[in-house]
Amino acid sequence: MRTPETDESPQAEPDTAEVVLAARNVSKSFGAVHALKGVNFDVHRGQVTTLFGENGAGKSTLMKILSGVQLPSDGELILDGAPVEIASTVAARDLGIAIIHQELSLAPNMTVRDNIFLGREIMGPTGVNYAEEERQARALMRELEEDIDPLTLIEDLRLGQQQIVEIARALSVNSRILIMDEPTSALSASEVEVLFKVIRDLKARGVSIVYISHHLEEALTITDHAVVLRDGVMTAYAPRAEIDLEWIVRNMVGENFDIGSPPSGHKLGETALELKGLTVPAATGTGNAVDGLDLSVKVGEVVCIYGLMGAGRTEMMECVAGRLPATGGEVLLHGQDVSHLSIAQRIAAGLVLVPEDRQRDGLVQTMTVGRNLSLASIGKFTRGLFTNRRDEKAIIEDSIREVTVKTDGPDAAIGSLSGGNQQKVVIGKMLVTHPSVVVLDEPSRGIDVGAKAEVFRILAEHAKNGMAVVYSTSEVDECLSIAHRIIVMRRGRIAAEFTHDTTKEAIMAASGESLVA
Amino acid sequence: MSDTTNAAAGKPGKKGGMNIIQLLLEGRAFFALIAIIITFSLLSPNYASVSNFLIMSNHVAIFGLLAMGMLLVILNGGIDLSVGSVLGLSGVFAGFLMQGVEIQSAGIILYPPVWAVVVLTVALGAVVGMCNGVLVAYFKVPAFVATLGSLYVARGVALLMTDGLTFNNLSGDPGLGNTGFEWLGFNRIAGVPVGVIVLAVAAVITGLVLSRTAFGRWLYSSGGNARAAELSGVPVKHVQVAVYSLSGVFAAIAGLVLSSQLTSAGPQAGFTYELTTIAAVVVGGASLMGGRGTVTGTLLGAFVIGFLSDGLVIIGVSSYWQTVFTGAVIVLAVMLNSIQYGGVGKK
Repeated sequence: MRTPETDESPQAEPDTAEVVLAARNVSKSFGAVHALKGVNFDVHRGQVTTLFGENGAGKSTLMKILSGVQLPSDGELILDGAPVEIASTVAARDLGIAIIHQELSLAPNMTVRDNIFLGREIMGPTGVNYAEEERQARALMRELEEDIDPLTLIEDLRLGQQQIVEIARALSVNSRILIMDEPTSALSASEVEVLFKVIRDLKARGVSIVYISHHLEEALTITDHAVVLRDGVMTAYAPRAEIDLEWIVRNMVGENFDIGSPPSGHKLGETALELKGLTVPAATGTGNAVDGLDLSVKVGEVVCIYGLMGAGRTEMMECVAGRLPATGGEVLLHGQDVSHLSIAQRIAAGLVLVPEDRQRDGLVQTMTVGRNLSLASIGKFTRGLFTNRRDEKAIIEDSIREVTVKTDGPDAAIGSLSGGNQQKVVIGKMLVTHPSVVVLDEPSRGIDVGAKAEVFRILAEHAKNGMAVVYSTSEVDECLSIAHRIIVMRRGRIAAEFTHDTTKEAIMAASGESLVA
Repeated sequence: MSDTTNAAAGKPGKKGGMNIIQLLLEGRAFFALIAIIITFSLLSPNYASVSNFLIMSNHVAIFGLLAMGMLLVILNGGIDLSVGSVLGLSGVFAGFLMQGVEIQSAGIILYPPVWAVVVLTVALGAVVGMCNGVLVAYFKVPAFVATLGSLYVARGVALLMTDGLTFNNLSGDPGLGNTGFEWLGFNRIAGVPVGVIVLAVAAVITGLVLSRTAFGRWLYSSGGNARAAELSGVPVKHVQVAVYSLSGVFAAIAGLVLSSQLTSAGPQAGFTYELTTIAAVVVGGASLMGGRGTVTGTLLGAFVIGFLSDGLVIIGVSSYWQTVFTGAVIVLAVMLNSIQYGGVGKK
């Protein structure tokens, strides 16, 4: 491990590729908040440089500066040895810097060809020269060795293919530096492999890649250099050969981090939640997302559901909560069939869901922190016709304390909270209804390691007090934290079941994922 | 707090106290109303008198009532284009009942008392609104289209019922026991026109419902993020049906007040009122994306638009110019909304 202070940082590094883009002493402040403090950062020609860091460490800000969305408050960017000012995204494009955002910026109602040339259509004498655009699009796809017809609509493509189209668009403007923000977050294992193959091809062609991912293991398989940010400061830099997973985590959080162990010392009770032959049809119309699934969870037990994207975890959980209808099977809560109950009735009965996507399904952005927290308990503070302010305040303060939300107070805007605290609000909102069974879909998604540990600690505590907890995750590490049992789902069924003393490799193998070493 | 990934907020460091621009932006409808009153008072000696304010308020009452219903629908993230037509239909329906209902099989003509006319008319408004709500909530018809449909249907039915003519005699007959319809439009309680009192009562009730009841909380949350509200146990579909029904009820009440004020009920009454009403709600600071808006703001919005157009009449500006001014005010208001909610209302 090395902490570089100057631009000679990669000096003793084994691969001697030259630096194409460098940030020197770059700082960025928003009012009193210092998002970046004197960061030095190199992008190596024809290699992958990965940025690691928790939420709020400054990754997004650094990326926005590199891609021309924001100007740095201080410091400079050096492109091919000469200082440059990247004042806009158009300027960045002209300099050969392209960014692929986590949320793809494609028009789903248009074809691959139209998207690649969006905003810079090739004009002929009678309007857009579609034939030429199509020819070039075809050539690009051939170069990427991807079998995508340029005349396909984007909405008909799988997410992984859409990403390839984004890459093709970047290449079509001769981008030399490609910034990829969480490119694999929504891809299946096989799509990730395709993406990684494309990245290797791009490297071979001299394209430099800045890669950002929360999925540490995956990023390690593709990266050549690792840069770790913490609280706006670059804390560590090293070439791939010298580092491992533990090194990254240590530098990200600054200490050895433990995301918990299964709560012990209490007795597991009766069966709290039982699924019998649960079947949920897939949203696409063909086949079943959940296919005759049996599962039972005891009072005080913590069960982790692991599986790849599309394994049916979300569908199973949404069906348990009452959002999706089942076409077969039963959901039993403490022996009572709740299959016919509405979401509100299930909450009243003590069965709650913490959804995966907190922006889309968890928070009401137009309401305050307090009102978000009390949203699921409105009935509890309504006396006769009217709501009771004092009762509501008690409920809100209760949940702020319980899940330790860091906020200016109940009246703060929900958007003013960090990702981790927003997630705690979503969890707190459901916990304050005093459920006996809580189902959490990816409770750790998009939050930093510190917040993650806290979330798991809260869940473990509740399990100890007699709550049944079921959570899903896509990170193997989190399977081996607080769960008594680990269930691996694959294509809507249970592929395997493990206890806490299993290994990561066994879990991943059961899910159909391969560890690329 | 050094979280920069929080792009949804998109307003770094905006917390530093209420500065003057923010204050002006927050209370813009109020300041606009003050400015309008001062300007017209200077231009015309007749403007700033108690009697004129009461007359103007009586005009505002119609739009104010419609705007209460519209506010509920807009808070839900919807829109109700049918209010003007429902207003017209309600007036015609009330007029129709006042003329007597002939039951042919029995060979008699029924003259319902005024209270029954009011109840039946309000029920009609509720039914039309409920149709809108069911179409939007259960049949997934976009609110714009569903209520555009009922705009045409309600207007068409009103025209059919009268053959395009107007019911002129709504006074009733003492011999038939159905007098008193003009009470709503002409009487005053302690000098205040009944229409204004109806609006005040409606506003107080709506305000209480929004701020103090579970239904109010359901409405704000389902308008802000329906998916999150649903997963928190809010009956979002029932809320949706309820707001359109209530909007129909408010439109029917407005129709009763208007036809009582005019002592006649024409099938063209309330033509394009839906647009003025939407304008009032938007000028009052509500977001068309749903989830943001208040009764106070909406009332101010209705008064801004009403006092502006009446003021222009009083100082003798051509009615064509009134249209131009109203349009400019609406665009200005929406522009300020975008500035206030900029980047936050993103879904």
